[in-house]
Amino acid sequence: MSSALDHKKPATTAAPGGARGAAASLLRLRELPVIIALALLVLVTYLVNPLFLTPQGVKDLLLNATIVMILAAGQTLLIITRNIDLSVGSMLGLVAFGTGSIFSAMPDLPIFAVFVIGMAFGALLGAVNGFLVTAAKVPALVITLGTLYVFRGLNNAWAGGKQYFAGDRPDAFGALSVDTVLGFPIITLVAILVVAAVAVYMAGTRPGRDLYAIGSDPDAATAFGIKVSKRVFLAFLANGALAGLAGVLYASRFNSVGATTGTGMELTVVAAAVVGGVAIFGGSGTVTGAALGALLLTTITSSLTALRVDKFWQQAIVGVLILTAIIIDRVASLRTAKKLRISEARNV
Amino acid sequence: MMLNRKSTGQTGRLAGMVAIAAAAALALTACNGGSGSDGGSSPAAEGDQKITFIPKQLNNPYTDVVLGGGKKGATEAGFASSQVVGPLEASASSQVSFINAETQAGTNVIVIAANDPDAVCTALGEARSAGAKIVAFDSDANPDCRDVFISQVVAKEVALIQTKLISEQIGGSGEIAILSATANATNQNEWIKFMEEELASNPDYKDIKLVAKVYGDDNDTKSFQEAQGLMQAHPNLKGIISPTTVGIAATARYLSTSEYKGKVALTGLGLPNEMRPFVKDGTVKEFALWDPAQLGYVAAFAGKALTDGTMTGAEGDTFTAGELGERKVEKGGLVIVGPPTVFNAENIDKYDF
Repeated sequence: MSSALDHKKPATTAAPGGARGAAASLLRLRELPVIIALALLVLVTYLVNPLFLTPQGVKDLLLNATIVMILAAGQTLLIITRNIDLSVGSMLGLVAFGTGSIFSAMPDLPIFAVFVIGMAFGALLGAVNGFLVTAAKVPALVITLGTLYVFRGLNNAWAGGKQYFAGDRPDAFGALSVDTVLGFPIITLVAILVVAAVAVYMAGTRPGRDLYAIGSDPDAATAFGIKVSKRVFLAFLANGALAGLAGVLYASRFNSVGATTGTGMELTVVAAAVVGGVAIFGGSGTVTGAALGALLLTTITSSLTALRVDKFWQQAIVGVLILTAIIIDRVASLRTAKKLRISEARNV
Repeated sequence: MMLNRKSTGQTGRLAGMVAIAAAAALALTACNGGSGSDGGSSPAAEGDQKITFIPKQLNNPYTDVVLGGGKKGATEAGFASSQVVGPLEASASSQVSFINAETQAGTNVIVIAANDPDAVCTALGEARSAGAKIVAFDSDANPDCRDVFISQVVAKEVALIQTKLISEQIGGSGEIAILSATANATNQNEWIKFMEEELASNPDYKDIKLVAKVYGDDNDTKSFQEAQGLMQAHPNLKGIISPTTVGIAATARYLSTSEYKGKVALTGLGLPNEMRPFVKDGTVKEFALWDPAQLGYVAAFAGKALTDGTMTGAEGDTFTAGELGERKVEKGGLVIVGPPTVFNAENIDKYDF
């Protein structure tokens, strides 16, 4: 994961030399501010309220972050290409309700099959977004704002007042978000695997690097021969599939899935990516950073509760922390950019 | 979205929009077929009366049961048409536009569960001056802007049964917390007020300490996290009261999947269908609720009696609520539906709502 160092440059430039060692590259890590903030937050909360890090406390923290982590990873793919998907909350809702419906209609269906169906359903919804954005050449912000309401409307029409509860689903399915392996809930492990896979893909493969190139300079990417529309379409599709996965996991973890499931989630997801160092104008940031951003945001909420901060102050505090994280990140990335300019000038 | 093709000129685009809007309007009207004539604001003739239910939020399982009873009551009471409109999200101001639309449509009776007692007041006032009768149910509007309020049960009774249940379940002493819906929900706050008074004044509860009140906004995810937070912030917590169906179910789900299962008691107001697995697995011992369908049923008959002029909503007025018999208007325009029921492992299978 530390291989994802510098995405300001298009994929074609050479990897930064390792001469000055690991320490320097560690300092240049875009994720560093988030990691520090997270460590500080956890430490302070733990010192005030030791219950914060009991096995149950850690499990809750990880569970809270899991679904946002997956969504933030998907969102990162899009933000890097200068796109965005605001419909993720609605997609998650549709898939989560779909999962509930499947289990109630076919209780004996293997759980694995439900995951496949859910991700395929999500991919289909993502493909709708991708098609509209690439075919109509309208900014993704507008298109996905539209599909946010369209998908939510479909969910309302489909679900009505119907809700499916945890009791309607097989125990083994619910156990995915209860049982732990080495202290990690199973669905969190799934999320970590997914984030790692996407991170490797983004850092180390040609199509992954193409996404950065598209976000850095779309015209240059086209001139360079990158199939921009195809890549962007696939990024939307992948984001949809990840939202689908998140939807299935949502149904495993929470009690009820219905018409309003996932409402308003898109803002948390975008905030997580931004806090995690993904530049909103595209071209830089990592999936790992976004996942850490998700962990930071959900941890903030939990620690404010553990610190018994009055409920009505929490949102304001979360907002201030988001701004702080962004400012820290901005300062850090400006410094990095400057250093890079100097060192590259020398290297020439 | 597809209208934005480059070749389409400004007028063409506009025409396209108009066409789509018109088509959508037509389609929606068709879907809405049979919802009665859209007469003006003139009072409808006998037998042509319209009643509209505006719940806190559509697509909420509890609301659906209430509205089911409301529809039944409306038919039996003799309304020509009944319909349900409302917001998809329970927020203070979201009901206003629906009330305005009903005023314009000349609806005779508006039955509303207020998300905020005062936010809906002006709109309800306009509806009344246009001749509509206002029946509040489930959650009251400001008494100045409605005719009667159909209450589940006496608010105090609801509060007392919950404090009694929690006291029994935690053995009469220890820290408890309340997980409510929104911070400005009328019914929730009234119950909480009575609970606090009861805990303070009843010597049986002198060892019970209310340490926190948190708000899950009737949102599953949020309530879930609030429950989690309560456990961490208050390590000695012995019990939680959640006087809202969404909150109690989310909390039950959290408790049943955590190490606190069986250690922290949970009670409140829940739907039997939603709570069944948690009662069976031992997370929840007992909880309470009234029959929500009766609430809508009585509201419909009250509305009918008001429009027919057989009662004015003054204290001491009576009306007949179909198969449930006669109901009396109490002080403050209050109509009580019935006593709450306590559900536990023995009786829960007898209920289906």
